[in-house]
Amino acid sequence: MSLLSVRDLTVKFAMRDQTVTALNGISFDLAKGERLGIVGESGAGKSITGFSLLNLLSRPGYIDNGQILFDGEDVVKMNDQQLRKVRGNRMAMIFQDPMVTLNPVLTIGQQMVETLRAHRKLSVEEARQIAVVKLREVYINSPEERLDQYPHELSGGMRQRIIIAIALLLDPQLIIADEPTTALDVTIQADIMELLLELCQSNQVGLILITHDLGVVSQMTERTLVMYAGRIIESGRTRSIINDPQHPYTQGLINALPQQTLPGEQLRQIPGNMPTLAQVPNGCAFNPRCTFATDTCRSQIPQISHYGEVEVACHEVQRLQSEQAREEEKA
Amino acid sequence: MKDMTNAEPLLEIKGLEKKFDLDRGFLETLKLRGGKITRETRAVHAVNNVSLDVHRGEALCVVGESGCGKSTVARLVAGLLTPTKGEIHYDGQRIDNLSRHAMRPLRKKIQMIFQNPYASLNPRMTILEALEEPVRHHNPEFSGSDVRDRVAEVMKSVGVDPAWAKRYPHEFSGGQRQRIAIARALTVDPEFIVADEPISALDVSIQAQVLNLMLEAKENRGLTYLFITHDLSVVEHFGTRVVVLYLGSICEVADTRTLFSSPKHPYTRALLSAVPQLKDDRPNHIRLKGEIPTPINLPQGCPFKSRCAFANSRCDEEKPKAIRQPDGSLVACHAVEEDRITPQV
Amino acid sequence: MSEQGLDTQMPHQAEPSRLAKIMDSDMLYSFRRNPVALFSFGVFAAIAVLSFLAPLIAPYNPYDPAQIDLMNSEYPPVWINGALPEFVLGTDDQGRDLLSTILYGTRLSIIIGLCAVALQAFLGISIGLVAGYVGGRTDSLLMRMADIQLSFSTLMVAIIFLAVTQALFGSETFNRYAVFFLIAVIGVAEWPQYARTVRATVLAEKKKEYIDSARVLGFGPMRIMLRHILPNSMSPIFVISTVQVANAIISEASLSFLGLGMPPSQPSLGSLISAGFDYIYSGSWWITVIPGIVLVVLVLVINLLGDWVRDVLNPKLYKG
Repeated sequence: MSLLSVRDLTVKFAMRDQTVTALNGISFDLAKGERLGIVGESGAGKSITGFSLLNLLSRPGYIDNGQILFDGEDVVKMNDQQLRKVRGNRMAMIFQDPMVTLNPVLTIGQQMVETLRAHRKLSVEEARQIAVVKLREVYINSPEERLDQYPHELSGGMRQRIIIAIALLLDPQLIIADEPTTALDVTIQADIMELLLELCQSNQVGLILITHDLGVVSQMTERTLVMYAGRIIESGRTRSIINDPQHPYTQGLINALPQQTLPGEQLRQIPGNMPTLAQVPNGCAFNPRCTFATDTCRSQIPQISHYGEVEVACHEVQRLQSEQAREEEKA
Repeated sequence: MKDMTNAEPLLEIKGLEKKFDLDRGFLETLKLRGGKITRETRAVHAVNNVSLDVHRGEALCVVGESGCGKSTVARLVAGLLTPTKGEIHYDGQRIDNLSRHAMRPLRKKIQMIFQNPYASLNPRMTILEALEEPVRHHNPEFSGSDVRDRVAEVMKSVGVDPAWAKRYPHEFSGGQRQRIAIARALTVDPEFIVADEPISALDVSIQAQVLNLMLEAKENRGLTYLFITHDLSVVEHFGTRVVVLYLGSICEVADTRTLFSSPKHPYTRALLSAVPQLKDDRPNHIRLKGEIPTPINLPQGCPFKSRCAFANSRCDEEKPKAIRQPDGSLVACHAVEEDRITPQV
Repeated sequence: MSEQGLDTQMPHQAEPSRLAKIMDSDMLYSFRRNPVALFSFGVFAAIAVLSFLAPLIAPYNPYDPAQIDLMNSEYPPVWINGALPEFVLGTDDQGRDLLSTILYGTRLSIIIGLCAVALQAFLGISIGLVAGYVGGRTDSLLMRMADIQLSFSTLMVAIIFLAVTQALFGSETFNRYAVFFLIAVIGVAEWPQYARTVRATVLAEKKKEYIDSARVLGFGPMRIMLRHILPNSMSPIFVISTVQVANAIISEASLSFLGLGMPPSQPSLGSLISAGFDYIYSGSWWITVIPGIVLVVLVLVINLLGDWVRDVLNPKLYKG
């Protein structure tokens, strides 16, 4: 049985004069210990997905429909007390900015001990010992001393390690990481990613990695969901998606990277902008930016269905495929 | 690039240095040390003895991680900061000590594009007002229709829809705003553009649009860029030459192709290996020990020594000088100079 | 709001609406949904309109000695036995119709409040802009001046100033120009409020890239301050302005109550309350109580409006 099973998740935001749909029928599964990437640009709904999984949405956002089965229990239907038992304990979340996630007026030790004692019956001493072990796991030198330091005394990379250590404190089954390294430098990002990967693999922890960076996804995850305007438009094995994307948007995203073009040449850009939630076009949300769009695309929302090794939500995927094959033959 | 070295550089930076004092006022500098009151000043050494040339028509990229002083270099060149030491020459004229008035004709030539398109446009001005203001300011002799013509021309070339004119910045997405910000810089018809991380706040698909736009402008208007970024894949695509900065000092200066095919400085090599690659064929990531130290009161010696695998006692004492390599690149590293570095795996 | 519906169909095609419209509609929307704000605004508007129309609607002109008869003094309001029907709210100690006097007095109070705040705002905004933008020693100097000014209480400064002027010019001259003296003293006493608020916003705005961009474009400090920074510092100015108007009205009333403000011949709300105070124990409570209620209601609704404005213009909520 899968660890997490999301079925038809729909999230809406009640705005002043209309209700906008931020997530539209999201469904996916995550096996135990599996690493899943959710890729998309800002406004695609990837962060909202992360928040919904922990039922952390606050007004004006709400879960309108759908199920989030975590280990067989529906997170959507849980009351506050049940949610508290799941959050932090069995499902942990790592946020983007290590500067604001830690409470600046508490020491690292106080924050870790507090988290532990909120969920387990432990003495402060026992909790500190567990904290030290966890800090060692994330390769922090002299962890005993770090426990008595305040967040501002530590560098950004160190803080993100500590946040990971806090996320791991209660041995969760699933970690949701929302852009965990975007605020960090490249050399440090590489370190943190390696660490996260190693920890997930050795402890059999599931990972949902939310990011805009295809490079990171390609190195970290086994499966990937690509989101656009609140829907999943492509999903499948990461390798297949990176090497052979089917949806025109995914293709566009990969082709737009500077590495895919010779230096100095025009990049293959996707025209236009991501629609705002209030202005999602009719039919396929991507149609105004898509070079393959037909009348069908402009009127009917494509359903996600198997195509080759992946699942794609695109009316024209077959035509696209054959055209590309023809072009390749020419080349 | 050999022919370029003879030509007069458009922008010349000589021994540039910038310190930011951390102490506010005299009293804060007084410290009690061993029973005596002494005066100690603390300063952030953001830029240390940086010398660079930018030639006409090139796109010089400055890369480095946070705290390496790359943004400070950009702001010094744009005249937003005054250097503590050193000189900046533009087209043969020294510009770092000019008064605002004397700087005015140069303002038309040197423009800047900022990182955050959400903050770089005045929220209370319509797009049209924002675009017309610099034209009017720098061309007081222009009639109303001249101004409109100039703005219309720039809007067209940058892909700013004329229908946007009456709207305010908050109605646009990040990519559209960056387009408008670029248009604003281009309204005064500059020849040199300092771009401080112009695409790092944008989405992937939008980054490509903005980069293309900047490349187009470079070709059509004969622009020269000083491009500040942390993103090496952008550098590889956009830059003609690259400067790698670490803690305010230059590690390596090289042609883009040379730098990416044979990086020499240990830091450059670590930086290149850390970029997440799309396909699985990446070389082993070179792990650096520790993290970037703070640039407060830098110790002597090589700034990179604390994280360098090749550091020895000489690196502790003597700051390496940039030495020209056989392939034309400049590298500031004792280990490279002494040939102590094992060839790349 | 119907425009937005259209926008869903045709993104970026609809004719752009003016910012004023959008801003207004956002403010109006929250206004319409806030009963307290609606009610306060209604009351404030009613008081303001009635008092400014005083010369037209007031049954008597309290400034005209010909219409005042000392024999009419201290008639109670109509709902009390012994009242005259022509004096709805009764009369004061000099035989003036209380309703008319209150209308005229409220007008005076509001005018003094608004003008004093305008003066405060002018001084405070200019000083705050310069201090924040120029920084360094200028900033320290101006802000220490503000600190010194604030360490005297407004009333103390005003009392000393007004007492001295009264003694200097004699009460005849003083009474003639009392309005201007009051405006000047209340205006000067409270500029640091504005200066501090403006300076704080200027410091925040100055760090933003659009100011750098203006500097790179070679604009001068005046242009940057007035054209770029000031328009973006308006919301906090607006927020404190409402509170300051209420404060200024209170200050004026207090000074008048102490006999340092408007003369009894041209009473503001404060001097009316003060004049009636002598008769409160002789049974003519209405001379003090009714203007007192008007004053309290006026200040209360302005403060309630101020609260609402602060919520709406909260930079965290609206700049998002």
